[in-house]
Amino acid sequence: MAAGVATWLPFARAAAVGWLPLAKKTMPKPPVDKKSRNDEILIVNVSGLRFQTWKNTLDRYPDTLLGSSEKEFFYNEDTQEYFFDRDPEMFRHILNFYRTGKLHYPRQECIQAFDEELAFYGIVPDIIGDCCMEEYRDRKKENQERLSEDTEAEMATDTPLPPNSTPRERLWRAFENPHTSTMALVFYYVTGFFIAVSVIANVVETVPCRPIKGSVKDLPCGEKYSVAFFCLDTACVLIFTFEYLMRLFAAPNRCKFMRSVMSVIDVVAIMPYYIGLVMPENEDVSGAFVTLRVFRVFRIFKFSRHSQGLRILGYTLKSCASELGFLLFSLTMAIIIFATVMFYAEKGTKGTNFTSIPAAFWYTIVTMTTLGYGDMVPNTIAGKIFGSICSLSGVLVIALPVPVIVSNFSRIYHQNQRADKMRAQQKVRLARIRLAKKGTTNAFLRYKEEGGLQDHDSDSAALCLKNRSSFEHQHHHLLHCLEKTTNHEFTDELTYSEMCMTESVGYRTSRSTSLSSQQAVSSSCCPRRAKRRAIRLANSTVSVSRGSVQELDTLQVQKSSIGPQSRSSLNARTEDLKLNCEQRDYTAAIISIPTPPANTPDESLPPSPAVPGILRNSRTTSYTQEAVKISSL
Amino acid sequence: MGLVMGTFSMQSKQVDYRKDKVDDDLEMTMVCHRPEGLDQLEAQTNFSKRELQVLYRGFKNECPSGVVNEETFKQIYSQFFPHGDASTYAHYLFNAFDSAHTGSIKFEDFVTALSILLRGSTREKLQWTFNLYDINRDGYINKEEMTDIVRAIYDMMGKYTYPVLKTDAPKQHVDTFFQKMDKNRDGVVTLDEFILSCQEDENIMRSLQLFENVI
Repeated sequence: MAAGVATWLPFARAAAVGWLPLAKKTMPKPPVDKKSRNDEILIVNVSGLRFQTWKNTLDRYPDTLLGSSEKEFFYNEDTQEYFFDRDPEMFRHILNFYRTGKLHYPRQECIQAFDEELAFYGIVPDIIGDCCMEEYRDRKKENQERLSEDTEAEMATDTPLPPNSTPRERLWRAFENPHTSTMALVFYYVTGFFIAVSVIANVVETVPCRPIKGSVKDLPCGEKYSVAFFCLDTACVLIFTFEYLMRLFAAPNRCKFMRSVMSVIDVVAIMPYYIGLVMPENEDVSGAFVTLRVFRVFRIFKFSRHSQGLRILGYTLKSCASELGFLLFSLTMAIIIFATVMFYAEKGTKGTNFTSIPAAFWYTIVTMTTLGYGDMVPNTIAGKIFGSICSLSGVLVIALPVPVIVSNFSRIYHQNQRADKMRAQQKVRLARIRLAKKGTTNAFLRYKEEGGLQDHDSDSAALCLKNRSSFEHQHHHLLHCLEKTTNHEFTDELTYSEMCMTESVGYRTSRSTSLSSQQAVSSSCCPRRAKRRAIRLANSTVSVSRGSVQELDTLQVQKSSIGPQSRSSLNARTEDLKLNCEQRDYTAAIISIPTPPANTPDESLPPSPAVPGILRNSRTTSYTQEAVKISSL
Repeated sequence: MGLVMGTFSMQSKQVDYRKDKVDDDLEMTMVCHRPEGLDQLEAQTNFSKRELQVLYRGFKNECPSGVVNEETFKQIYSQFFPHGDASTYAHYLFNAFDSAHTGSIKFEDFVTALSILLRGSTREKLQWTFNLYDINRDGYINKEEMTDIVRAIYDMMGKYTYPVLKTDAPKQHVDTFFQKMDKNRDGVVTLDEFILSCQEDENIMRSLQLFENVI
């Protein structure tokens, strides 16, 4: 029931008085209206723009946000109004819906923004009035298409391959996207070159060359240099065959590949040669053989792999199949009509060219396409009149479907352009996102090393951390909690990969040496400042939580001049470890293995030989400037 | 081909011609009607200013032109009774509302009738009901008129009722009614007979009070 009719309900109920004298039974009691019926004006504040409306207006649609009790969530007691932090321009249309019962779609707004507003206010888009429904649907469809294009572009085929791909997959990718590898590019250009060579050879074959000595007639070059041309042809066909077989081998779905247009063209391009080889050289079949040679020209279609424009053209023709069909049909109709007319008009004339209706077809086609060869002309007056009508109508009939085809082509072409642009932009966007992500993860690691994770027992520490926003503090706290939960710490990619590499090498030795080195270290230096690992700003997504991996203890504090030090020097250096807030050119990468005893704060270095390759994690606030590399190798 | 084009253009001219006439009709119906002042209406009816405001807002929203014609009235009333056919009864109702027989209900008519039905005295209500039943406004309700009314009411029930509606149910209903109302057995019911009989019936009296707080 339309909500507007609700206003007439009281009247309909009042009119029920007319039934009373007729009533056979007593009337039921009317429902008690609990809340007061006083109508009040509500103020709805949308981003500063105040809308006022009767409460009844909003109550008309009780299953929307404004009509239900959901709006109480947005009620502001102090200002006695409902506040929504949304677009005020859009809200105008929403409110109009309540007032008039019809939802209109504002043409100048973005369809997605509009949909979002509708979703927020709990209004189903189906109730858009008829006046705006078509426009809304069109825009929505357009948007959907664009979105699907975007997702397709995202899953572009030039994303890097998964690391464990078979050579077959790699080969297929190389064929489909030549610019993914140099080899593929080379192959691409070589095939292109050979296609061109083959086509040119086909053409040049027929050019008349100077005759060989002793003969008068001009020979086509193909016959004069037949051996050379044959060798060229063989070479081209070999390349094409090789390419085709490679593609067939690499194709993920061979049946589908064999049915595809490009593969059919490939086959057609190379078949004539093989058939020519097989066929005997006698005269009877050589006529057919010559016909086969015509198919060699189809090699030129192989260029469509190399040219996007050609592909677009082909796709356009395919998508305009109906228009082309219509064009053909209407042309055929017109040709038949005019040919018949011309034939009968010219029938009486002696020695006329219009010997039959099919013969007149030629005249009609030539006239309608305004070619006008002049090999057939009407002589009678009637023939001339109809001939002129024919040429005038020909222009019209042909001109009609052409704009449709052109617009189709332009649309597809622009779509392609947009897809390419999307892909380029995507790369830039992803790079930017990656950079931003790195920034935040680095921030956390930096935060750690600067002692953010410890209690602020010193003023200097507190000062360092002052210039971070509360958001950052809370975020870092959260990451810290995660570390505590999993008993692992965040680190960077490089350190991790290094550890992966070196762990296999120095596994055995590491155990003993690391422990001893650490013990040495711990004995010499102050307990809290001991293990300071070099951390590098890194992508923390490569955090080390591989419990099974036994990682080496590599301590690496980066500094420009100093190279790997011996253990003794390390002992000496550890005294130099200082708290230094300003140093920013390193970050500590801490990798730990989930062994609980190892994760107690730095002081406790349980010498647990049972746990091989334990890395102590140190949450020290100290770090040095010098590069000290402690490796157990 | 030129002939073809010519005939097509001729056709379109004709269509335009007809469309102009339709536009004229539209023009006439767009005439707006404004009700008398709020004070006058308050004096004439038993509603307060506030109530009149609420009523008018709803009325104006549904009928921006200020008048309701019979078609619209029928449509609106039918919305409340989707099971059956309410158009006949709506027709009688429309005539009852449209006391001046102008063919359209203005806000004053609307509010006057509502005032009687909701805030009027018992006698006024019964008088209004009598007017409703008296289709030809001759002062008497005869059996045919009553049968029409009752049949219209039963039409609103629709086909699917429990117990199943018999074809002579309206007639029986009318007979019962006449037995009760027609005191002097002359085959017609006058206003006084009607009012008297209704006042004697307690059920009717009690029911009349039920509809007071509709607004």
